[in-house]
Amino acid sequence: MSAVSVRDITVAFEAVRVFNGLSLDFEEGEFIVLLGPSGCGKSTLLNAIAGLLDISEGQIWIGGQNVTWEEPKDRGIAMVFQSYALYPRMSVRENMSFGLRMAKTPEPEIERRVNQAAELLQISHLLDRRPDQLSGGQRQRVAIGRALVRDAAVFLFDEPLSNLDAQLRNELRVEIKRLHARLGKTTMIYVTHDQIEAMTLADKIVVMKEQRIQQVGSPSEIYRRPANMFVAGFVGSPQMNFIKGKIENSGSGPIFVSGQRRLPLHGYEFTGAPISGQEAVLGVRPEHLEVVEVGAWPGFRVDIIEPMGADTVIWCSDNDGSLQVRTSGNTRTSLGEQLALGIDAAQVSLFDSQSGERL
Amino acid sequence: MAIVSIPTAVASSARPLKSRRRVRMRLPAALALLPTALIVLVVYIGCMLWTVRLSFTSSTLLPKLDWVGFAQYSRLFMNDRFLVSAENILIFGTLFVSGCLILGFLLAVFIDQNVRAEGVLRTIFLYPYAMSFVVTGVAWQWFLNPGLGLQKLVRDMGFENFTFDWLVNQEMAIYTIVIAGLWHGAGLTMAILLAGLRGVDADLWKAARVDGIPTWRVYLSVVLPLLRPMVVTATVLLATGVVKLYDLVVAMTLGGPGIATEVPAKFVMDHLFERNNIALGTAAATIMLITVVVILAPWVYAKYVRPQGRPA
Amino acid sequence: MTAVVPQGRRPKHITIGRIGIYVFLISAALFFLLPLWIMVVTSLKPMEEIRLGNILALPSMLTFDAWSKAWSSACTGLECNGISVGFWNSVRILIPSVILSIAAGAINGYALSLWRVRGANLMFGILLLGAFIPYQVFLYPLVRIFSMTGIYNSLLCIVIVHVIFGLPTMTLLFRNYYAGLPIELFKAARIDGGGFWTIFFRVMLPMSTPMIVVAAILQVTGIWNDFIFGLTFAGRENLPMTVQLNNIVHSTQGERAYNVDMAATMLAALVPLAVYFVSGRWFIRGIAAGAVKG
Repeated sequence: MSAVSVRDITVAFEAVRVFNGLSLDFEEGEFIVLLGPSGCGKSTLLNAIAGLLDISEGQIWIGGQNVTWEEPKDRGIAMVFQSYALYPRMSVRENMSFGLRMAKTPEPEIERRVNQAAELLQISHLLDRRPDQLSGGQRQRVAIGRALVRDAAVFLFDEPLSNLDAQLRNELRVEIKRLHARLGKTTMIYVTHDQIEAMTLADKIVVMKEQRIQQVGSPSEIYRRPANMFVAGFVGSPQMNFIKGKIENSGSGPIFVSGQRRLPLHGYEFTGAPISGQEAVLGVRPEHLEVVEVGAWPGFRVDIIEPMGADTVIWCSDNDGSLQVRTSGNTRTSLGEQLALGIDAAQVSLFDSQSGERL
Repeated sequence: MAIVSIPTAVASSARPLKSRRRVRMRLPAALALLPTALIVLVVYIGCMLWTVRLSFTSSTLLPKLDWVGFAQYSRLFMNDRFLVSAENILIFGTLFVSGCLILGFLLAVFIDQNVRAEGVLRTIFLYPYAMSFVVTGVAWQWFLNPGLGLQKLVRDMGFENFTFDWLVNQEMAIYTIVIAGLWHGAGLTMAILLAGLRGVDADLWKAARVDGIPTWRVYLSVVLPLLRPMVVTATVLLATGVVKLYDLVVAMTLGGPGIATEVPAKFVMDHLFERNNIALGTAAATIMLITVVVILAPWVYAKYVRPQGRPA
Repeated sequence: MTAVVPQGRRPKHITIGRIGIYVFLISAALFFLLPLWIMVVTSLKPMEEIRLGNILALPSMLTFDAWSKAWSSACTGLECNGISVGFWNSVRILIPSVILSIAAGAINGYALSLWRVRGANLMFGILLLGAFIPYQVFLYPLVRIFSMTGIYNSLLCIVIVHVIFGLPTMTLLFRNYYAGLPIELFKAARIDGGGFWTIFFRVMLPMSTPMIVVAAILQVTGIWNDFIFGLTFAGRENLPMTVQLNNIVHSTQGERAYNVDMAATMLAALVPLAVYFVSGRWFIRGIAAGAVKG
């Protein structure tokens, strides 16, 4: 039995239909991140699961129940929003207990749950303050606390960290991960456009673009074996390098050919049999390129050097285009220098240049 | 404002050359503001003080500059016409302001329920605000006149004992003015509050739905507190409008029947321009001025004085 | 047992609450429309039908007599030239008043928001408070001042009065608008060597169209609907339409011709109603700008 199951749903906005029969299944206790650029439909999907948005076709199941027609409050979910959405002019305690009070939960039980949640989030000392007396990070903790007291099996997060500055974002990200571990069997569905949040938090990432699912997989699968060029380009910073060329079958196996340059593809796992002469795009992450004394691909000129502390990104180019190479922080190069690059064929991705799909 | 000007003064004494140039740059700006400054000085301050001064004289047809102390004020508070005016403005003010706020809030909330023809409804509720008080008064006078208006309409429908003669009834006439006032002003309150409702964070509504809070409760406990600035603004606006009430009464009842619907603004106008009793008229005007100051003071304090006192 | 499997759109129930909302909104709409309706139908009926018939009923015989009478021959006191006289007076008052008060507001707002003139904020504060003070407080001394300068009871006099009392709202409107523009724009113009008037006419004024529209809506309806200033300052020759309408309605000679009264009322309401319906959302923006920030 899966914790959350989305079956063949379609959402209709007046004349526009989106998703067209989208299905997804999430296991109990999983941390799922819906990742994609703005407008990709990730928030729409989350709102549909929450019941804040009516679907026009399909079903939604939560905890083994068909909740398609249930009100959000009856779905066993809790939700945290980007703008915190705390009730103004109510104290933190009132904010956290308002929903329970409406559901006529006994007073001692409310007390217990609020205190427990407050302790877990280290906001016990803030319980009598009002939201406008809190900092952004504290507000979002309170919003998470308000979700916690609902004792829900499924937590929905709608870009909860986007309004915070970088440092707080990191702090709360760790906090959320810790919370997920602490709660054990709680399923969390988390919407973000930030790939770092997605990579660090998720057990499973759902990458979306234009209301379509591009790939579902673990962070490492998404990173190492992107299903198409969109996923490959969206995840990873600095971005993956793309090199146009074609595949040729030689006696010793398939080879990627781009102009003068050739890369034997032994060690690369093709999804199907490689076709000789097929137009393809080679995707190489900057850290999978290395600067070598004598290598397969000589003749690159150093254009820009970006030292980032732990490592250094070198932008280099030849007549056909430019590549980014991530090297260790103590690599010494200078502008205009000629470089040779080595590529590990087992780590690259190959895409069909027409469809963008992985080969 | 004084605090702002101090650093400039310090800077200018330290760097006289630069400041002189800056003064020359600002000269056209100062000149552009000069006419307004004169108007503020002569009209807004001067005329106001002049009126207050006149209220302490014995002026009748022509202004005199003698001093009779508070004699006019004691006459004023013994004057039936003025006392009726004061009582009327109190009744009108209370009912009009609370009525506009309640009706305006209800209209705004109901329109906000995703109803059909929202634009049409909004247009209908607000159009009276575009019309003058004279037009409003004349229209309602016609509809409420007992002989041919509402009373006759209901009687013709078969309810022969129906009576609705408020317009010509000494006791009730002021309430017809309240009705006309509500008709004219409720739409404005609705528009202000609706703008406020539309500004409420959509996530807040979602959070309340996930928490299972009933809609009416969200409006009461969450939205209404958020709308407080709009409610305050609307109240101040309506309340200062109340004190100005004049055209509507003139068009609708001319203060009648008898003196049943006299209001202070009309009292002032009558005594200044028809009854040749300038001193009494200006005394009543001064009372109006004091009333407005009393209404405005807490608002101005809350909006402009207090926020500056609080450390940022 | 064949339970329906919930899928797709949540079934919609017509709830009592929903019906209540519509009942309330529709009755409110009727309340707001009623006076307009009876004004229109009354103005189109002959007097006999008004005396005998139903006030809400459509006219059995459509006649525009009342309208032409109201326009050209209804009596305002002793003269019987209809409300057309008032209409043209209102137009003559309106045009210069609107143009001058908007110009004054734009210049004031510009000088106040972008140039630091000592004491300007104090002046603006007093001006704003002045907007709330009942006109009765200023009227008598103003009458004396205008009498002394010899322009009392003239077109010039009423225009000046409208400009004076339009200053607070107009200044506020433009001040807030200019203060909301990126200050870098002004700084760039200063660096390029623009002076006070150059920046105003070349940079600020061309960007002010939306505010000018809002200000025009506010001023056209406000000045057209004015009663008290017209009554006090315009003089017998220049009485605006509102005052003339009031005179027609309250002139006591003979039997009251309700159809003519209503036609005159409609005529007096036409200009602001037209402004309202044509401007739509701008009108709301106008009152919001004039009200909420005030």
